[in-house]
Amino acid sequence: MLSEWPILSLIVFLPLVGVGFILVTRGEAAVVARNARYLALWTSAINLVLALLLWGSFDTGTADFQFVERAPWIDDSIAYHMGVDGISLLFVVLTAFLTPLCVLASWDAIQERVKEYMIAFLVMETTMIGVFCALDFVVFYLFFEAGLIPMFLIIGIWGGPRRIYATFKFFLYTLLGSVLLLLALIYMYDAVGTTDVPTLMRHGFDAGVQNWLWLAFLASFAVKLPMWPVHTWLPDAHVEAPTAGSVILAGVLLKMGGYGFLRFSIPMLPDATAYFTPLIFGLSVVAVVYTSLVALMQEDMKKLIAYSSVAHMGFVTIGLFTLTPQGIEGGIMQMFSHGLVSAALFLCVGVVYDRMHTRLIADYGGLVNRMPAYAFAFLVFSLANVGMPGTSGFVGEFLVLVGVFQVNTWVAVLATTGVVLSAAYALWLYRKVVFGVITRTELRGMLDMNRREMAVFAPLIATVIFFGFYPKPLLDVMHASVANLIAQHQAALVAPATMAER
Amino acid sequence: MDPHALPALLPALPELWLCGAALALLMIGVFGGDRSTRPLCYLAIAALLVTFVLLLLGPEGRTVTFSGMFVVDPFGVFTKGLVLIGAMLAIVLSLGYIRHEGMERFEFPVLIVLATVGMLLMISANDLIALYLGLEMQSLALYVIAAFRRDSLRSTEAGLKYFVLGALASGMLLYGASLVYGFTGTTSFEDIARAVSVPGATDALGTLVGLVFILAGLAFKVSAVPFHMWTPDVYEGAPTPVTALFAVAPKVAAIGLFLRVMLEPFAALAGDWQQVIVVISIASMVLGALAAIRQTSIKRLMAYSSIGHMGYALIGLAAGSAEGVRGVLIYLAIYVVMNVGTFAVILCMRRGQGMVEDITELAGLSRTHPMLALAMTVFMFSLAGVPPLAGFFGKLYVFMAAIHAELYGLAVVGVVASVVGAYYYVRIVKLMYFDAPTDAFERPIRGEMAAVLVATGVLTALFFVYPAPLLAGAATAAAALVP
Repeated sequence: MLSEWPILSLIVFLPLVGVGFILVTRGEAAVVARNARYLALWTSAINLVLALLLWGSFDTGTADFQFVERAPWIDDSIAYHMGVDGISLLFVVLTAFLTPLCVLASWDAIQERVKEYMIAFLVMETTMIGVFCALDFVVFYLFFEAGLIPMFLIIGIWGGPRRIYATFKFFLYTLLGSVLLLLALIYMYDAVGTTDVPTLMRHGFDAGVQNWLWLAFLASFAVKLPMWPVHTWLPDAHVEAPTAGSVILAGVLLKMGGYGFLRFSIPMLPDATAYFTPLIFGLSVVAVVYTSLVALMQEDMKKLIAYSSVAHMGFVTIGLFTLTPQGIEGGIMQMFSHGLVSAALFLCVGVVYDRMHTRLIADYGGLVNRMPAYAFAFLVFSLANVGMPGTSGFVGEFLVLVGVFQVNTWVAVLATTGVVLSAAYALWLYRKVVFGVITRTELRGMLDMNRREMAVFAPLIATVIFFGFYPKPLLDVMHASVANLIAQHQAALVAPATMAER
Repeated sequence: MDPHALPALLPALPELWLCGAALALLMIGVFGGDRSTRPLCYLAIAALLVTFVLLLLGPEGRTVTFSGMFVVDPFGVFTKGLVLIGAMLAIVLSLGYIRHEGMERFEFPVLIVLATVGMLLMISANDLIALYLGLEMQSLALYVIAAFRRDSLRSTEAGLKYFVLGALASGMLLYGASLVYGFTGTTSFEDIARAVSVPGATDALGTLVGLVFILAGLAFKVSAVPFHMWTPDVYEGAPTPVTALFAVAPKVAAIGLFLRVMLEPFAALAGDWQQVIVVISIASMVLGALAAIRQTSIKRLMAYSSIGHMGYALIGLAAGSAEGVRGVLIYLAIYVVMNVGTFAVILCMRRGQGMVEDITELAGLSRTHPMLALAMTVFMFSLAGVPPLAGFFGKLYVFMAAIHAELYGLAVVGVVASVVGAYYYVRIVKLMYFDAPTDAFERPIRGEMAAVLVATGVLTALFFVYPAPLLAGAATAAAALVP
């Protein structure tokens, strides 16, 4: 039944309906603000229900795109083509899951221009889900880039003291990467005559051309992910962004880079992917080890988590480019898990920031005495960040390491040191902030989490632990699509070789 | 055919009508005096509207009249339509300005209409002499409009500068035309095309030198680097609604003429002029992006922005294909809408005594005029080429043409320049949204201004919903020029 509706369009554009409602609210400032909050919450909650329905009726047995919608748009070659497969579905669900939490987390923290804030988040949701559902390259690019505008405003308007520097850096960095992607996209359109993603996947590009296209893709996805050495915008953006902005940034926006590799680079450019895999491994290993060390030196909590994100994304790229089922599934799993865990960690920082208005690690200590519930939540997510067995973080890291051991032992060994280092910085952060005795008098008046904050954390804790013990629902979704991706990749690599033998 | 017979007038009906209308308006103005300025503006808009309708009712396909001097084709219809829309909107935008600034002089709408006649003739030129006549008719009227506030030092300086440099460019163009005539023996576009396409003719150095001079003259008119120097001064000095006019109508007409001259008579020399176009296109994009960063006056900023945008439009010409022409036409159409909208916002920047032009005056606009700030944001992101706004599609189609023509270097420079350019557009958004507000601008925003803002804003923001009509129109027009 569900497959007969245009359910993907519904999920993508429903937030815009919410925006319409928020735009027409009138009245006193306080009333408008309250209505805007509730409208945003309801819209995103309904969207989450729709996304879960989508997941429920998803057929895990096939690698084909499902819930496909197609309508002519610019012309037949550039069409409005939507669909999800096992790779994109989880990201849709993740986005729909995090957005209502962001709205809740901003309930009291945002007091200025609430209406515009909620509009920005709903527009953001539309563009993010659109990215993961688009099956036309131009439609993908449109959503991919359009998301820059609301994020630029979110950081710039509601951000911290250095917000203008941070938001310009974020905007220009990302834009520079994506215009090169645009050229690659135009080249493909010119060569194939369509921007339909499934068609482009079947089209074999010349090996020489593939390398250039692949590098253009890398420029965009590496900035977005971000990979070392183009990660420097991320710590700045995270530190200055409002809490919910960091959540969306870490939870979903970074995943677009990984998704881009999976959807475009690997299936469309198999030869170049094989050619450049050592490069990716090299950059990723540097990311894992170097940014973990950098994280150890941070004084700002958000910066520490931001660098830890870069390190975790290094794991993701290692996993994806092993091109083994375990590696890729581990990469996706890691992205999903990191989406939950890093989002939750930023929310943890947000909780104390709302009370103390500082993010410096040195300003805290002994919080466990006053905030036991908070200490528990923070502990769960710190351990999940480390990759403790029983949390979702473990599943991803473990699968990635299994995958990479089959391919390259040295990369595996170096990547494993990242696990140790992540334990070092995460536990160090936790000890400094939560344990010890309260030395500062201001901290004595801290109240534990209120109900709204608990309502934000409860679903996150539940999912992180549930998928840590039982990742099967997630992995089942991906199996068919990942197997198909690898099969296609192998076939594309073998085909020219056999032709040469003749 | 009898050379003394009256040529077929029907294809030129829009131009003839507009010419007659301009003279009629002039008579009304002479007898009515400056009090009649306002009605004259409305009449001018009506006359332009009628011209627009006549244009659409004109003959289909390609028709040549006036002994081959004048051509009507779908390419011309598309470009002329844009010119007419640009001129009409410029008059609409000036309604409030001429009242506040004491510029209610009846010559103003008449001169705009006369300049528009010149632009239409330029676009339809099928002969070097017709080209020059149209170009000069346009330019002379524009020189006067630039200096229209004759008591203002800035405005007269702008007019004089425009005139002197414009005359120099016209001279170069004329010199080039004479060289081409000397080496090919004809001024008709078809005959030139025939003359340069015979084997061995491309070696004729004289024709090439002539072509280069014509190129220089045309580059001046579209304000492409290195012939851009007049643009910032004239944009800044001219009265703001005149700047709005300069930014749209003459640019469209000049690019239209540029395309026709390069792709009709000199199509066979494409290998020679293409490299020149590539260089001036790159130079315009880069200078437009870099020089705008330091500007503090919004009008100067828009001047450099237009230089950059002309660079992007020229990418399509460099490609030299029907696809390229289509890209240019799409780009121009979107450019007109975005620029009219931006200038509508600039014309709302009035406070107490008069207009303010410093970009810092926009600080905190999102608090004082949220809708105005929203509109400006849409225009700025669109000018920067950020999807899904209209400006992105303009860039998309010229880059498509460039990639198809294998001009990869040009495309890469173009996209990188667009990122640099994005900085100064986004800086305006930053001022409006992130900075503390200054005093509010004068309220309320005039009705016609609000209407223009809403129309251009919606077109820019929602172009992506239904882009097909513009794309199809541009494709038809391009096919007429490059079969």
